[in-house]
Amino acid sequence: MAVYRSVDELIGGTPTLDVSQLSPNPSVALYAKLEGQNPTGSVKDRVALAMLDRAEAEGRLAPGSVIIEPSSGNTGIALAMLGQRRGYRVKIVLPGNVTAERRQMLEIFGAEIIASPAEQGSNGAVRLALELAEANPDWTMLYQYGNEANPEVHYRTTGPEIVADIPTITHFVAGLGTSGTLLGVGRYLKEHAPAVQVWAVEPPAGEQVEGLRSLDDGYVPPIFERWGGVDLLDRKMIVRPRESIEATRMLATEGVFSGISGGAALAGARKAADRIDEGVIVFVVSDHGWKYLSVGAWTDDLDAAADHAANVIYF
Amino acid sequence: MAVTVRLPTVLRPHANGQSQIAAEGSTVSEAVSWLVGEFPGIAPNLLAEDGSLHRFVNVYVNDEDVRYLSQMDTALSDGDELSILPAVAGG
Ligand SMILES: Cc1ncc(COP(=O)(O)O)c(C=O)c1O
Repeated sequence: MAVYRSVDELIGGTPTLDVSQLSPNPSVALYAKLEGQNPTGSVKDRVALAMLDRAEAEGRLAPGSVIIEPSSGNTGIALAMLGQRRGYRVKIVLPGNVTAERRQMLEIFGAEIIASPAEQGSNGAVRLALELAEANPDWTMLYQYGNEANPEVHYRTTGPEIVADIPTITHFVAGLGTSGTLLGVGRYLKEHAPAVQVWAVEPPAGEQVEGLRSLDDGYVPPIFERWGGVDLLDRKMIVRPRESIEATRMLATEGVFSGISGGAALAGARKAADRIDEGVIVFVVSDHGWKYLSVGAWTDDLDAAADHAANVIYF
Repeated sequence: MAVTVRLPTVLRPHANGQSQIAAEGSTVSEAVSWLVGEFPGIAPNLLAEDGSLHRFVNVYVNDEDVRYLSQMDTALSDGDELSILPAVAGG
């Protein structure tokens, strides 16, 4: 086993597992890229590290700086862990309806939690963080939704890892949150394996976000527009909580303890497998299952677990 | 084609509080025109001035985003479900 000098070195280079047993089509192989293997258990370690490194290189951070960031959890947890080690004070604007485990992990890594209204979901967290950053000009907001380092780190690391490990890939499926994963990997694939189809899955956010005053309160991340997201994606679909939980449980039968968005990605991958004659599908398991024990994702009756999941943000 | 349109909370006040509406149309564009004809208050929320979909709105046919199908020309079949949702961030 290798020995590392810093937790930073443990980020990325994640393994890919053949889960073709879960394919509904015997001529289609399914591979899961296991981002839960990152140090804080999610793909967002890559993004947080890249954003911190860039902000430091640009002179936007100095020891003792205050960082503020809107996050439904994973980016916040990653920033808290990495930021604390570098001597920053991290404040995370977190919607009220995330799992208790996310709040606990932020506390473990010393972050201050600023609650945003649950009924406004992630959009409300973004809005509040933008207001707070404006009111406190000495705070630094890395702003994952608008930070080029987010898609770039996936273009530079996640995408090349996928093509190196599974050069025969025909379809890529991942969850859509900030869109960083899909933009970065998508652009890399379109350049290096242009025949690959890029499919996005998302939760039915409308059911979690009831507090918007008008459709103008909708939010499209600036990176999505700048990176030409509409052209990079080939398909975008909603995967509902019940189906996501069912697929999350399927992953467990293959030994993959995944978060619910990884289940949604598997559900999307299985739909893709049903629609093609043959192919090789790589999907992203964005985080570990630990943070979802409290919603009964594996232990409750399926309907109860789906109802619970419908009320929490898991992307 | 007889389709069902699901409205997000913010649009329900413009449709007598209904969350689901039985609509008609053989494309998304036709169904939206039908909807806007019945409930004119919905139009400014949904469509930009040039008649295209507002950028903060996603429209799905059977859970697939029409921007990646044939947009407003996406064909509808009997029993299809059209969902209108505000664009939402994750992360
Ligand atoms: C669990 C989980 N899945 C999926 C995503 C979506 O990833 P991205 O922000 O790269 O679109 C996120 C983003 O935070 C996430 O936390």
